[in-house]
Amino acid sequence: MQVGRLRMQAAEEGGRERERVKERETKRRDILFVRAGEHSEKHQRRIGVRVAMEAAMDLMRRMPPTQVDTALSSLLLLLPQYSSELLSRVDQPLQVAWDAECLKHYLLCDYNRDGDSYRSPWSCKYFPSLEDGAQPSDQLRKLEVEANEIFAIYRDQYYEGGISSVYLWEPEIGGGFAACFLIKKDGQGRRGLLQHGLWDAIHVLEVGEEDEGLAHYRLTSTVMLSFTTKDAPSVSFSLSGSITREMQADLSVAEGHLTNMGRMIEEMEGKLRNGLDQVYFGKTKEVVFTLREPLGSLTATSATGQSLQQVVMDDILRK
Amino acid sequence: MCLAFSLFMPLLSLFLFSRDDRSAHEVSVDRSTMAEHILEDEEEGLEVTDEQKIGLATWFLLKSPPGEIQQVAKSIRGVLMDERLFDMAAKEAFPKYNMEQMIAIDLADHSGQVLLTKYGAIDVSQHLDPRTAQVAVIDHVKQVCTDVRPAADDELPSAFVEEHRASIDNELVKYVEEAFPKGNCAVYCTCGKDVESGGDEFELKAVISATKFSAQNFYSGSWRSVWKIQVNQELQTVEINGKINVIAHYFEEGNVQLETSSECSNSTLLQSPADTGVAVVNVIQYLESDYLGVLEESYSKVSDNSFKELRRKLPVTRTRFSWNNALQLSLSREITKELSLTR
Repeated sequence: MQVGRLRMQAAEEGGRERERVKERETKRRDILFVRAGEHSEKHQRRIGVRVAMEAAMDLMRRMPPTQVDTALSSLLLLLPQYSSELLSRVDQPLQVAWDAECLKHYLLCDYNRDGDSYRSPWSCKYFPSLEDGAQPSDQLRKLEVEANEIFAIYRDQYYEGGISSVYLWEPEIGGGFAACFLIKKDGQGRRGLLQHGLWDAIHVLEVGEEDEGLAHYRLTSTVMLSFTTKDAPSVSFSLSGSITREMQADLSVAEGHLTNMGRMIEEMEGKLRNGLDQVYFGKTKEVVFTLREPLGSLTATSATGQSLQQVVMDDILRK
Repeated sequence: MCLAFSLFMPLLSLFLFSRDDRSAHEVSVDRSTMAEHILEDEEEGLEVTDEQKIGLATWFLLKSPPGEIQQVAKSIRGVLMDERLFDMAAKEAFPKYNMEQMIAIDLADHSGQVLLTKYGAIDVSQHLDPRTAQVAVIDHVKQVCTDVRPAADDELPSAFVEEHRASIDNELVKYVEEAFPKGNCAVYCTCGKDVESGGDEFELKAVISATKFSAQNFYSGSWRSVWKIQVNQELQTVEINGKINVIAHYFEEGNVQLETSSECSNSTLLQSPADTGVAVVNVIQYLESDYLGVLEESYSKVSDNSFKELRRKLPVTRTRFSWNNALQLSLSREITKELSLTR
């Protein structure tokens, strides 16, 4: 990706190593601070209020979702000093890569990236290959393997297809660990329907250290949806975007972290799925129909309604 | 490497393609080579030139959702951190945006509003309001009208064309008042403005523009329709071709946007100016209502089909997923397989 290349070109041969390691450390530290900082005033003050960064995030909330890539590329060019943070905060539709060793697809995100290579959750190898790419600790890797297996089953039951990946890592500062659960589903227009839908879900969980049998879980979920349809040849219709929600809980670790994380994600996805229906279809449709009302509709403000009210008033006054 | 390249390909094509959808009022020629420059620089390593920064800032401004360009401008200022560059980008982007979005501005003497479109632009900052035969002087960046003057004779169409234009305009105003709670419209003569009765063809453009923006409800939207009306006196026909563009933006806890457009056409016979006006607006009304119907249908199709195909509400088992069992179930499957293999 762009960050990797810029940085690698800037550094010399020997410096390349140092750059990557430094980037990894900064990223891990930033990711959790940043996710916390998005919602916590205290964190914002601690790391300083960065006007440029917040302005960049505001822009991403307004640009057409179909052009996230171009908008993000532009921001990376304009704010190279914030590339790390931009790449981790801005949600992009998930890209897919092929694990040539395990012969499976896996999803790409900033959390499994090192330089220009991405680590597969199946073989734990980087593609394109990277000799000393960042690896999770053995213990974390064990949990990661289990998480990927279970999440794949969950994905199959709810999505009946699609691709999933789970990545775990340890934050630089503080205990506990973090995980991201990714799902990508492409609803190819079946039965000859001309509608096309895409679902990308990114769930980032921060798990605090265990304390008296409880752990604090913080889930930030983003679902990106995109629908296009071309029914009539002369009409084009494209509805896309993303919604982000957050959820926190203190749960007992008796059944293990995976169960807790899984249940939170399942609940969140359920809520999101319902919420999305309302937001995507309900709200946007409402906007269109307040701009242009169907003719002859009887409402308090429509012309038909107003003229009817006038007639009624005249009648009453006459009597 | 290919991933880095793929991130820049869209940027490259953006700058190449953005040349095509420009309005009549052109921006600096450098834009076409911007993409190549950016890609070259990217290979050399690092610096983004001022020229490129202006180009990128212009792109953001032009892509602002309806009614939100001032907010986008504020954010771009924060990102650029350079007032001079921002001013140059604003000077380039605002006129284009205002005319593309067909925004309505109050006239300086408070006598009404003027629509900013490329059809009524005498030059970048002077816009004709055909209904009142006035020309408004516009400050695009501030989006205000600074002065108003009566239109000169050569800026207006002939009396014959004006008769038709005014009649369509009158009917259009009635239609827009009924169908668009916050709509504006205008009819311009875009071709053959000096045509007389019994003469050549002439062309009018009827424009409808409605925008809504509500920060507290987190939404914004716009409807823009442009109807090309070609009057052929020889054949006594009126050809009507329309393009409708609708955008809706909802941004509570996210960013969801609808983009839809339609092209349609129809024709009618040329009659007296008054009757032609009624006939043309009837056609417009019919086609726009038809489009609204198609939109409604698209919505229900997508909601019923595509959405349900993406993710089920519950698994086939009709119960929630058993997270603590799943692995045991799959582990026991593995063990059974192992046992059966070693037997």
